[in-house]
Amino acid sequence: MTVIEARGLRKAYGATVALDGVNMRVEEGRILGIIGPNGAGKSTALNAILGLTSYEGEMRVLGRDPWKERDALMRDVCFISDVAVLPRWMRVSQALDYVEGVHPRFDRAKAEGFLAKSSISFEPGRKCRGLLGSAGPGDRKIRELSKGMVAQLHLSLVMSIDARLLVLDEPTLGLDLLYRKQFYDSLLTDYFDRSRTIVVTTHQVEDVQNVLTDLMFISRGRIVLECSMEECEARYVEVSVHPAQIAAGRALQPIHERQVLGRNILLFDLKRAGADATPLAENLHALGEVRTPSIADLFVAVMGNRMAGAQGVAQ
Amino acid sequence: MNAESNAVPGLPLEERGAPARMAATHPFLWSVRRELWEYKSLYLAPLAVAGVTLLGYLFASMGYALSSQDMARRRSALTEPLHFAMALIMGAAFFAGLFYCLDTLHGERRDRSILFWKSLPVSDLITVLAKASIPFVVLPLLAYVITLGVHFIMLLLSTAVLAGSGLNTGTLWSEAWNSDVGLFYHLMTVHVLWYAPMYAWLLLVSGWAKRAAFLWAALPPLAIFAIERIAFHTKHFANLMQYRLMGPQGFDMGGTGSHGAHPMMHSGLGTFLLTPGLWNGLILAAIFLAAAVRLRRSQGPL
Repeated sequence: MTVIEARGLRKAYGATVALDGVNMRVEEGRILGIIGPNGAGKSTALNAILGLTSYEGEMRVLGRDPWKERDALMRDVCFISDVAVLPRWMRVSQALDYVEGVHPRFDRAKAEGFLAKSSISFEPGRKCRGLLGSAGPGDRKIRELSKGMVAQLHLSLVMSIDARLLVLDEPTLGLDLLYRKQFYDSLLTDYFDRSRTIVVTTHQVEDVQNVLTDLMFISRGRIVLECSMEECEARYVEVSVHPAQIAAGRALQPIHERQVLGRNILLFDLKRAGADATPLAENLHALGEVRTPSIADLFVAVMGNRMAGAQGVAQ
Repeated sequence: MNAESNAVPGLPLEERGAPARMAATHPFLWSVRRELWEYKSLYLAPLAVAGVTLLGYLFASMGYALSSQDMARRRSALTEPLHFAMALIMGAAFFAGLFYCLDTLHGERRDRSILFWKSLPVSDLITVLAKASIPFVVLPLLAYVITLGVHFIMLLLSTAVLAGSGLNTGTLWSEAWNSDVGLFYHLMTVHVLWYAPMYAWLLLVSGWAKRAAFLWAALPPLAIFAIERIAFHTKHFANLMQYRLMGPQGFDMGGTGSHGAHPMMHSGLGTFLLTPGLWNGLILAAIFLAAAVRLRRSQGPL
């Protein structure tokens, strides 16, 4: 089943084009990572999916028009837009109460279970007493929590909602390595199953390397690369070449080259070599150790070439 | 989830989250509630004023009443603060409402929490209506209930003081009750119906202004006034503003004055409801609120 379908998505802010005719299709059960430089249009794309911004073109999310039906859509879609959007004046119990009060698919027991495992102190089972909700002693305000705890709280809330699509826009920005790892670990073990779909944008690509099932590179409002991780692994390889063989390696037309510890790492696009990639692959094995490039290295290679290409045109 | 799908292996994925599993929710009530969580001053300000007037009553008025030998003076020393407390509590609620309206739609964008609110299935219409219900419903009722409470305490104390003096305390209670009925009438007609476009305008500006919401709320009327004055040498707009603030001629905006008796108010109410200015104002308020709803749909954090 298709969760997100967009055709000719376009959004301009004055003279700046944030999205320039994007077509995308995300199937159920995928974890799509949208990777791109700052200002590439990632957030605009997510905002369009979430009904937070208007757009030109066609878009359906779970069969709905997000701009016209945001509130109905939000019963099935969750999002974390930033690490710091939980209202700072709110208490942990109030956040639980409020989400329970307005969201038909929120499971409070589940949320309290997640919180019990986190480092946030709260009083389980405590519901608001009276209209104004008097506070208990162990019930802290969000402004008193550390950034990592706020992220834990938000994730606990979101994971307790039985939603079909989860959208994460830089969900771990500014968090330390431990919290970041924990964030994606709990997402995979406690939340994700084949009937849910996750779309995530992040600059910390190494964190999501082993999380994603699909990859999308976006630059200047256009999709530059779109493939599943399997396709990506089949298509791109990098070879660590001994300096002596560098000429032979370059002759095979790598798309990118970098130096690490005295060795040259050449990155090849097997698809670019033509329909028959087998001979190239065999040649590469003769050059040195062949492996799958990391998303970060692939990003630098693909984006770097585009930037260089754009500069060449400009000159 | 796993147990469920194991039990019914052939269950299509679309069956997930069928309506039967949806819990009942009350987005409007919870939205109002969370406004009260966030803006504690809405009830703390009138409560603080109530506390201060009660203290003043306890020490100053009652002290004066006890020291005075003149019965008429003693009586007035004890009854005047009733009106005074009523006016102060109403004023506190009124100003709390103005500041709230000017801040609420701006505040959620300023602290980026609008992204959290918008991630939940609560429509912009419900959100704006919940916010509008604070000055239109919550604050008038709150001011009324707090005033009733203060009056009740004051009257109990007065009765205790006057009991020994042989004065009839019953008239004191009926007088206070009359002024409380008058207060309710005043709150509903003036604060809710007549001032509705003012609150709605402030909400709209709060949702629209990027910064300095107060200036944006106050400057356009001043600018229109100035331009009209300079260009046409007329004062129509100023008169319009004055009309809105002071009320139509012949209508007692005080409402709670010396003549708080019921028949009087009924005849006044008829005239009030037939005033075109009332309905024009309400239509204007509806337009402002509709614009605020529409605006919130496209607004993000600042």
